[in-house]
Amino acid sequence: MIKFLLGHYAYWFILALLVIGLYGLIIKRNLVKKVIGLSIFQVAIILFFIASSTKWGATVPVLTDHQEVIQSAAYINPLPHTLMLTAIVVGVATSGVAFALIILIYRRYRTLNENELLERLKEDEPE
Amino acid sequence: MVNATTYTSLVPLLTVLVSLGAVPLIILSSRRPNLREFWTIAAGVAKLALVVSLLPSLLRHRIAVLNLGEIVPGVDLAFKADALGVFFALIASSLWLFTSFYSIGYVRGLQEHKQTRYFAYFAVCLSATMGIAFSANLATFIIFYEILTIATYPLVIHKETEEAIKAGRKYLAYTLTAGVFLIAAATWTYLLAGHLDFIPGGLLKNIPFEPKTAWSLFTLFLLGVGVKAAIMPLHSWLPTAMAAPTPVSALLHAVAVVKSGVFGVIRVGLFVFGPELLRRFHLDYLLLTSASLTIIIASFLALKEDNLKRRLAYSTVAHLSYIVLGVGLISSPALLGSLLHLAFHATMKITLFFCAGAIYVHLHKEKVSELDGVGHVMPWTMGAFAVGSIGLVGLPPVNGWLSKWCLGWGAVAAARPLYLIILILSGLLNAAYFFPIIYRAFFRQGETGKTGEASLLMVVPLVLTAILSILLGVWPDLGFKFFKIAHEVGRVIFGGVS
Amino acid sequence: MNPSSLVPFPPLIYLFAGIFIPLVTLRWRRLAGWLALTATTAAAFFSVINLLQVLKQGIIPYRFGGWIPPIGIEYILDPLSGFVITVINLIALGVIVHAHQSVKAEIKESRWPPYYALVMLFLTGANGIIMTGDFFNLYVFLEIGSLSLYGLIAVGEKKSPVAAFRYLVMGTVGGGFYLLGVGFLYLVTGSLNMGDVRNILPHLQVTAPLVVALTLMLIGLGIKMAVFPLHGWLPDAYTYAPSPTSAIMAPIGTKIGAYAIARIFFFIFGIRLITQIVPIAQVLAWLSAVGIIYGSVLAMAQNEIKRMLAYSSVAQVGYIGLGLGLANSFGFIGALLHIMNHGLMKACLFLVAGNFRLKLGHSRIDRLDDSLRRSMPWSAAAFTLAALAMIGVPPTVGFFSKWYLALGTIASRNWLFLAIILLSSLLNAVYFFRVIERMYFPWRGSSQKRTLSSPAPKNESQEVSLGLLLPTLIFALALIVVGFLNVWLVKTILTKALPAGF
Repeated sequence: MIKFLLGHYAYWFILALLVIGLYGLIIKRNLVKKVIGLSIFQVAIILFFIASSTKWGATVPVLTDHQEVIQSAAYINPLPHTLMLTAIVVGVATSGVAFALIILIYRRYRTLNENELLERLKEDEPE
Repeated sequence: MVNATTYTSLVPLLTVLVSLGAVPLIILSSRRPNLREFWTIAAGVAKLALVVSLLPSLLRHRIAVLNLGEIVPGVDLAFKADALGVFFALIASSLWLFTSFYSIGYVRGLQEHKQTRYFAYFAVCLSATMGIAFSANLATFIIFYEILTIATYPLVIHKETEEAIKAGRKYLAYTLTAGVFLIAAATWTYLLAGHLDFIPGGLLKNIPFEPKTAWSLFTLFLLGVGVKAAIMPLHSWLPTAMAAPTPVSALLHAVAVVKSGVFGVIRVGLFVFGPELLRRFHLDYLLLTSASLTIIIASFLALKEDNLKRRLAYSTVAHLSYIVLGVGLISSPALLGSLLHLAFHATMKITLFFCAGAIYVHLHKEKVSELDGVGHVMPWTMGAFAVGSIGLVGLPPVNGWLSKWCLGWGAVAAARPLYLIILILSGLLNAAYFFPIIYRAFFRQGETGKTGEASLLMVVPLVLTAILSILLGVWPDLGFKFFKIAHEVGRVIFGGVS
Repeated sequence: MNPSSLVPFPPLIYLFAGIFIPLVTLRWRRLAGWLALTATTAAAFFSVINLLQVLKQGIIPYRFGGWIPPIGIEYILDPLSGFVITVINLIALGVIVHAHQSVKAEIKESRWPPYYALVMLFLTGANGIIMTGDFFNLYVFLEIGSLSLYGLIAVGEKKSPVAAFRYLVMGTVGGGFYLLGVGFLYLVTGSLNMGDVRNILPHLQVTAPLVVALTLMLIGLGIKMAVFPLHGWLPDAYTYAPSPTSAIMAPIGTKIGAYAIARIFFFIFGIRLITQIVPIAQVLAWLSAVGIIYGSVLAMAQNEIKRMLAYSSVAQVGYIGLGLGLANSFGFIGALLHIMNHGLMKACLFLVAGNFRLKLGHSRIDRLDDSLRRSMPWSAAAFTLAALAMIGVPPTVGFFSKWYLALGTIASRNWLFLAIILLSSLLNAVYFFRVIERMYFPWRGSSQKRTLSSPAPKNESQEVSLGLLLPTLIFALALIVVGFLNVWLVKTILTKALPAGF
């Protein structure tokens, strides 16, 4: 049991990050904090992939001219890393769009607090 | 025993298309009423001619069929002009012609608004009715049945008063709900049988059933067709729908819509389930009980109604269940009675509705209590009314006596004399709610302030239908050989001679 | 030309258009719409060609860069993807023709190029999701499409950025869950290629990571598809987005999620896995059933047409989910048919809503009155026809979707689902007839309102111009034509699109 918990410590950490991110996203009232929560959430997923690609005692998957590849299993899996490069970019783009939206919302409603925002939206009702 | 052969013919499809084709013409001629009405009449004549053209072949046991390709998985959009179909089509198309002339008189007499919309949708309704009559299978039937529902809506709400719109909502609520029950029943049937063709004797005849399944499926079907057939307690839309203009009530709610409903009951009872299944699982009791209750209760409700059209509506509810009763008796003479009543009630009821409409247009009276002395002002109209009433009570020489007699005979032949008693009782109730009207009209004095009949366009059709009712009572094969065709239907289902 | 090389054309055409438009229109702004139209036409054209090809020859794969899977990324053209992509591109074509004027009316001219560019990118995402044969590639296109959509929504009225933000948050979480699911799947199978995974899965023991992968993917794609209870972003997004965005988003956006679920559940995981081993199909079916009722009921309570249509879409997506969740051939075909049918119906309805916005300045139900009957007869008629289709009146397409779904529920002896499907038809009738009644009949007390809200003189037609009317009417007409063709479509295309095991 302990071995299971300790052996998978990376995944527990990632799970914690995931939950923190979601918590921030759902509970926090400030829109910017929500976006931060979203970013943390995305980072957790990225770390998940990275963590899943590592192996005990394996080395960095860089090919140089000097070395020969003796066993490919000695390198950590590079595929998730490449996938996560894309995911990071997606995360950046998402954050960018999110902040652009936040700026727009602020311009129109002068608040970044979700509760106040909802109130001001209601006032707008008869459109 | 002669077996029927089939031949491919476009005629069934053409009967559907001819009035559909009239619709754009009607709409385009909206500025020239006479031209517009011409299209309606022309379509009506063409349609009747087409239906009649099927008659000779039918009498030689040759059935026109037409297959238009698959419309839902495993089922084709197909037409089959069998005896029952032609029977119904003849009634609907011939009475449409009368109603068209009558409608013209009615809407012009009242200077109704939206006449173009009225005539256009009327044409669509008749197309749908033809489609229902000639459907070769359940899927085709359902498609046209639903189209009829939607096409009649604009006619029900025609007056656009609050009452009319509410009536329309109620109508749709009932009929669309029925529609979904039908879809459920049909899809279930398809999965049980692998096809949906109407087969005399029952398409489900050889399917192994458990009682629970048979009852569930039959109930679903009955809920589906029962609304239009105004079987209680599904009838409630019909009196409310009297908010529609009288020609609409006359044709649609005495002929097309409600008769489509009982037509559906006949198809479901005898062509989907079949006599054998009905007997085996005692499903006939469902039909018999609901029909009997409807007949009695509706007749009593008619007694209470002061509004003339609503009284006629409840009378229709009761008479429709005569037809259902005949199906439930599962015997050849009973079916003959049902079919004859489908036709004859149509002629009689349409006469009565025409009269009600003429009275409304000419004297602006809607209530029975206001009808004192009307007979002196409009003798032809009330005379026709008297003829229709006599027939509905079941007295010769008006045709109603013949269908009732056959139904009664069917009850006796099926060893269920109870239903004969119900029929007789109903006849008495009919007298109770019709004869006072005639009495008031002829034997009392009233202040009406007008003289003379309503416009000829209205009076002539109603007199003609009254005369037709008498003639058919004496010679039922007149013209279209109703008796012979109805007989044929029974023969195909039950075999043998009655 | 090698047929396989045509396979990636649709998404690539949109991608290049999306990049090209902002560049070209630096100089000539008004070209943006025309370029978008050209691109969409070309993409639709190639989709049709691809579909015809695949029906003739069977599955056609395309390997990017020539790298064979599982190393390379693969696009797969099979009857399912061919069908869905053709439907989506044809609908997009109709909507973009209409959008020409709709965009002019609702969006500032300086924003036309980026708007059209985003539309192109949205369609890139949609096409990419449909064509791809790689799990991660699906994520990429999912995000491309979603991000574009957030932008498309935000240029609407005052509340639209809030709606877009909410959608962004939910959509990104959804994408994240999907990605996490892919991660678990990769852990278990070692491959990202869909075909590869399909071959590997039967040999695996069903362990926790596999179940988690399946669940996460369902949640992630379910958010995109707006399956109840993950639909929360939809009503606001559909309502506050500008009309052209709603028109393109409603028929297409949720269908992509549905397609992805259909593909992954049925073609890769396989029926046995999703029904017997992990009853996730049943979960989908039940959630969809609740969604059908929920959406229909809430639609009745709405006062504005777009919002009503939004809740209606939640219900309609429920049909698709239910059809998929039934996991039998009738249900699957019903779901596919409904993807097409609902796309057509909703496109028509949203185009009419756009017409109303244009000519009346609003699309509120309580401010409609029967002057519409005279002033916008064609739009009103199109709306009525589409409403009848939604209710399921034959011979419109809606009837046939319901027929197949009814068959599907009866075949699996699921009477409750049958009742729900049929009951919802009636609920649809209620909320659609509310609008129809308002459009055609004088409402109580409306004679006073008449002078306020409709300045149109009595007999003058205020109908929208042909450029807007024509696509609206074509969609409306399609509702009947496709209805008659439904069996032909099912036989020639959809039955070939069934997954193995049916």
